[in-house]
Amino acid sequence: MKATAMNDHTSVSASRREFLLGSGALVVAASTPWASGTAHAQAGAAGKPALAPGELDSWVAIHPDGRATAYFGKVDLGQGLDVAIAQIVAEELDLEFDKVHVIMGDTATCLNQGGASSALGIQTGAKPLRNAAAEARRILLDMASRQLGTAADRLAVADGVISSLDDRSRAVSYAELIGGKYFNSKVEWNKQVGNQMDVKGVAKPKQPSEYKVVGKSFPRRDVAAKVFGTHPFVTEVSVPGMLHARVIRTPHAGSVPHQVDVGSIAAVAGARVIHEKNFLAVVADKEWDAVRAAQLLKVRWSEPKNPFPSFEKVYDHIRSAPTVTREQSPPKGDVAAAFKDAARVVEAEYEWPFQSHASMGPGCAVVDARPDRATLWTGTQKPHYARDGVARLLGLPPEKVHGIWVIGPGSYGRNDAGDAALDAALLSKLTGRPVRVQGMRHDGTAWDPKAPASIHRARAALDASGKVLAYEFVSRGFSRVEIESNESKPSESLAGMELGLPVKPGIGFGTPAESYGFDHKLLAWEVVPALLERSSPLRTSHMRDPVGLQIHFASEQFMDELAAAAGEDPVAFRLKYLTGARDKAVVQAAADKAGWQPRTSPQRDRSGDLLRGRGIAYAQRGGTILAVVAEIEVERKTGRIWGRKFTVAHDCGLIVNPLGLRNTIESGLVQAMSRTLFEEVRFDPGMVTSVDWPSYPILEMKDAPETIDVVLINRPEVAPTGAGEATPRVVPAAMANAFFDATGVRLRRAPMSPQRVKAALAAA
Amino acid sequence: MAKTQFIVDGKRVAIDGDPQMPLLYALRDDLKMKNPKFGCGLAQCGACTVHLNGEPVRSCVLPVAGVQGQQVTTLSGLGTADKPHPLQTAFVEEHVSQCGYCLNGWVMTTAAFLKKNPKATDSQIRDALAGLKCRCGAHVAIMRAIKRVQAQMA
Repeated sequence: MKATAMNDHTSVSASRREFLLGSGALVVAASTPWASGTAHAQAGAAGKPALAPGELDSWVAIHPDGRATAYFGKVDLGQGLDVAIAQIVAEELDLEFDKVHVIMGDTATCLNQGGASSALGIQTGAKPLRNAAAEARRILLDMASRQLGTAADRLAVADGVISSLDDRSRAVSYAELIGGKYFNSKVEWNKQVGNQMDVKGVAKPKQPSEYKVVGKSFPRRDVAAKVFGTHPFVTEVSVPGMLHARVIRTPHAGSVPHQVDVGSIAAVAGARVIHEKNFLAVVADKEWDAVRAAQLLKVRWSEPKNPFPSFEKVYDHIRSAPTVTREQSPPKGDVAAAFKDAARVVEAEYEWPFQSHASMGPGCAVVDARPDRATLWTGTQKPHYARDGVARLLGLPPEKVHGIWVIGPGSYGRNDAGDAALDAALLSKLTGRPVRVQGMRHDGTAWDPKAPASIHRARAALDASGKVLAYEFVSRGFSRVEIESNESKPSESLAGMELGLPVKPGIGFGTPAESYGFDHKLLAWEVVPALLERSSPLRTSHMRDPVGLQIHFASEQFMDELAAAAGEDPVAFRLKYLTGARDKAVVQAAADKAGWQPRTSPQRDRSGDLLRGRGIAYAQRGGTILAVVAEIEVERKTGRIWGRKFTVAHDCGLIVNPLGLRNTIESGLVQAMSRTLFEEVRFDPGMVTSVDWPSYPILEMKDAPETIDVVLINRPEVAPTGAGEATPRVVPAAMANAFFDATGVRLRRAPMSPQRVKAALAAA
Repeated sequence: MAKTQFIVDGKRVAIDGDPQMPLLYALRDDLKMKNPKFGCGLAQCGACTVHLNGEPVRSCVLPVAGVQGQQVTTLSGLGTADKPHPLQTAFVEEHVSQCGYCLNGWVMTTAAFLKKNPKATDSQIRDALAGLKCRCGAHVAIMRAIKRVQAQMA
């Protein structure tokens, strides 16, 4: 690799490997970065304290050239989280940003910080890195103090060089003090594993007022290599002796293979069938041969079971199914009594469909399982948990399985990447060879875990003046976690289910996140049973902002319905009832930036073929608070909605990297537009019928917005919270509210597809 | 077994085996050229796009026998970090992509389109890019990069 202006970040990491591995390994490491984790771990093994949260060396390293490595137990999925982590570590170490390299999601060198989870990368994930880097700086100052014979408080650090304030010629660098050696120093671990893992040292991290690197925009480190096609994805991992596999899954949900005609693939030389209990796959040395064998293989499946309601009846099913669990937040006031005093009651019900991650490429993984150890290359966003799942499936202790994260073809939660990992592990065990599994399109769309379908009932009591006395919001749907959001339990993978491991669907949903100060208030959720407990293509799990789009599509439309009932402007209505100062600030900021003119919805003039409307929605998520104004066009004849302009006001506390934050907000908004306008998993009683892009359409370029204005509200005094999953939840209601403003018609069922729009307008 | 010979990024190559095998597998599996990606295998997303004699084609459905004697260009044949295509430079400058798996399709398709239609309007560009998927929602950044390169070409 050559260092050029275009790929200097790549060259930085290549030089890191050169140092870590010695020049003999550079070619291998630079051309096959997925090998670097293994080699790195081995290189680090000599004299390095064993990986443990309480060891400072498990978090940061200083190299002989003065550069640093941070070991991060989460992963970046394309939002630039690694850049933000490098900024935070560089800040605390007083090193140039470019000198900090971040290794992510390698179980040999990184601790289990929970993987990518609930947009906590900075909110919780950066904390131990920040503290560890501050502690490393303190120790280095201590060492310098002794070496230079100067009190530590008379020393200053600039880009990794410590010098005396009294005599600048008296200086020593980090590289000279510790480069290539280990701190062998302890930090205090809070005994948590996963998202909440944290450590503390003696040092106190900097105050935000001292920040020089945090708060500035730095570009992503992977974009150039991706644009030039040199950045490896998990789909590019290739190891010697590797077999290619395709897993064969039933065309009828709930059916199992009864008879497999092995002879049906005889025409494909070298391909063979692997059949273990109800798990069925084909393997071959060449990928195309595996694909062909999968196409040719004849299987007789057990009698179809038709475990699903018809597609049209799914919401009726949710209404009538038994309630597995009901939970409510602590009620405020006496809702039932307040409804008795109501001059007027407003009620509405909203519906949201099953949705698919439908990642850009189907899930892929490679596993090399040996009798006493294994290596897993995976694109799942929770590699430590996938490592645990593979270890359990193979009957190995977790420390004998090395999980190496390599970015996958899109990840928005628990998609099909985790099933690919367990499939590959099982196949490697059964064949005795390293195995690469990649799904076909239908595996990524029909067979990935789904975001749950749900209904949402809202009602409010108003007095004669239009004041809201009481508010009740109840969600009812399939669990958000019929399977857990990580892959640590083989029983919650398709392979494990096909092997007959015991299944037990998990339970959970959620409530709206807002600060409306109604006197009487009740928020609740109810979960209904899974439609099919074992090997279901409609099994549910976490997808970006789990249940956030569903819930706020309903709750923030209902606020507009209340504003309309009270004869108030939707922005003024929200400002009147919101109690949090930051909540009011984002609503005001979005309205101001969008040039919002106060009036009631809908528009008075709703004539013509092209209708225009504006709508607002607001929400909180995990401490982040935001509002969005959508300005849309509706083509009466075609039913097409174009979300032409959006204005987002976003407050996630202290901003670490404005550039990365803007791009994260923009992309999250567009993906949520797609889910709002186009996406629903279709099925018939026997099987999911959304199997490819025509049968699971998503937003394309012609429907992308013309303008997205982003107002970033920076609050250095507030610890940073997440940004990856907040924007999606406000988009659906903002668009639905804009549709009502344009047309005077409510769309209470998603997606707001052209067919549904035409039908709603015709019925109005 | 039939042998198919063609040119990839200026180099002569020969592929043994099933002539019906899609070009994508010849590139990725036989030639270890990982730029075109598998997205759908159905010509529905664009991730596998290469240029065949300068025209964008979906290599996931094109039988390898169909490129006998012809010129195939992949993303690295379009431009490299050392000699970037202007569109690649614009994508880097606009920080385009989230996961980036779709980038090959957008760059290869847009490069071919802009070559013939350098002054295309926004709405012509949007129409021309129909059929390409980006699941992460980087569309607005992609449009910014295209406008940037158009401004440079003007």
